[in-house]
Amino acid sequence: MIPPRLPKSALRAAMVMAGAGMLALPHLLGPYWTNLLNDMGIYAILGLSLNIILGHCGLFHMGHAAFYAVGAYTAAILSTRFSVPILWSMPLSGCLAGLFALAVARPIIHLRGDYLLVVTIGIVEIVRIALVNNIFGLTGGSNGLLITEPISIFGYEIFRPAHFYYLIWSMAALTILLFYMLQNSRFGRALNYIKQDDLAAEGSGINTAHYKLAAFVLGAVWAGLIGAVFAAKIETVSPQSFSFSESVLYFAIVILGGAGSIPGVLLGAFLITGLPEIFREWQHYRLFLFGAAMVIMMIFRPQGLIPPGRRHYNVWPYLGSFPRGVASRNREPR
Amino acid sequence: MDILRLNGLSKRFGGLVAVDDVSLQVEEGGIIGLIGPNGAGKTTLFNLITGNYRPDEGEVIFSGQNITGLLPHRIVELGVARTFQNIRLFQEMSVLENVLAGCHCRLRAGLLASMFHPPSQKREERRALERAIKELAFVGLETQYANYAKNLAYGSQRLLEIARALASSPRLLILDEPAGGMNDQETHNLLALIRTIRDLGISILLIEHDMNLVMKLCDRLVVLEYGAVIATGVPGEIKKNPRVIEAYLGTEDPL
Repeated sequence: MIPPRLPKSALRAAMVMAGAGMLALPHLLGPYWTNLLNDMGIYAILGLSLNIILGHCGLFHMGHAAFYAVGAYTAAILSTRFSVPILWSMPLSGCLAGLFALAVARPIIHLRGDYLLVVTIGIVEIVRIALVNNIFGLTGGSNGLLITEPISIFGYEIFRPAHFYYLIWSMAALTILLFYMLQNSRFGRALNYIKQDDLAAEGSGINTAHYKLAAFVLGAVWAGLIGAVFAAKIETVSPQSFSFSESVLYFAIVILGGAGSIPGVLLGAFLITGLPEIFREWQHYRLFLFGAAMVIMMIFRPQGLIPPGRRHYNVWPYLGSFPRGVASRNREPR
Repeated sequence: MDILRLNGLSKRFGGLVAVDDVSLQVEEGGIIGLIGPNGAGKTTLFNLITGNYRPDEGEVIFSGQNITGLLPHRIVELGVARTFQNIRLFQEMSVLENVLAGCHCRLRAGLLASMFHPPSQKREERRALERAIKELAFVGLETQYANYAKNLAYGSQRLLEIARALASSPRLLILDEPAGGMNDQETHNLLALIRTIRDLGISILLIEHDMNLVMKLCDRLVVLEYGAVIATGVPGEIKKNPRVIEAYLGTEDPL
């Protein structure tokens, strides 16, 4: 009944080795591939943040690039206008993206499935068009903003891909850890109940509107944080980085990898960013192959490449310690 | 004192009056049965009590507090738990997790505690697990804790819904056709289970079509037809009430 699990020591050793490998990678690979790994890391974090909303809570949200844009533009505006060092603005980028999510999601949070999907597509388009139109005279129109301030954290200047590699992947590691903890908690379970059966969740005492909103805001905060890192890395922030098709890509990462599954989303991010680079020769067929892969996946493996595993609970201390009730004569066939 | 009191509750869907000026009381520690032909508005009435629908008129008083129009999760928090007529479990989750859903409203861990797992959160989780296993043992499903809810037999799924409801520490339990789809043996066990729940001090309001069960179990019956109460009384009286017999069997055709 209980699936076999790796012994903890073996798991730890594997993780230490993987960690050491990750640390050495930029020195082994050179700037071009390191840069690709950076993109992968950014997509992984974006995928993980969308996974909270789409994967765990089951809300069809296809406008995630809007929150990412709010974070990136916050950092870029603070840097170009007020000379705030770009990575210092990360917390504010996250907060503003979260506030933006709260404001736009609140009125639409009761919508279900496809209706929500359409509205979120609207949101990402509105944000992109607002950016193109140089809203409040702050966003620089379709050319975007050019960040000229040098980027540093704690006096250590960051400019090479390897620097960003460590920044992005340590953030990814932190994200994985925190989201893993979150998944195995009251909060994580609540999101899953809502995904499974909204009405039964509410009827079991779960404040579904609150949790849906919290999922949206949390996902947006994370997208905003990584938006600031993206702005620092790319140095020019412009509207075409936050198009609807970007949102679709994040959506695809989550669905393809496995909605609600952290390893699945990581694999999804790896494939979506990595495969086009690896198969450069066939780049004319790239979108065709991508579309075909999605169709095949949805037919044969709708739960994604790595579907979410089951949570493990340590119930042994309690089993058998309670008197069996009067209905215990109902024996279940195994 | 009455734990639940409905005062002139009405609900209309378009031109259809689903619940028509219904008043009833559930005594603390009582088992009250709500019966009536199909489409009489029994489940609608339940949905009005649990906050799934908002009544057009009337009020719902739970333990002296007006709960009319509150959201369902608030009503659960206040101590009214329910099961569903067409079983609504979290099918793709484990039996244990289904019961933990009921524990949810008694736990406090917020977003940050859920992310960082401080000792208080861990203690709370352990307490929740203990409670969930206790409720599963109570309905006799604790050996099934790791199974998916969808893999349980139909009768066991009904029991799991009861365990989930009990995990929220209700004072009033609302059961919508708990014996639906159960065989004779299971129904027999259910009868004992519901009595035990009442003996724990939880008042019970239930809808049930199995007349045998209802007559044996309930202290008092309320009969609904076309959304209105047509009779109330102890099972013995209800059985002989001509109005009820007519509602169930129809009048003799004069032709």
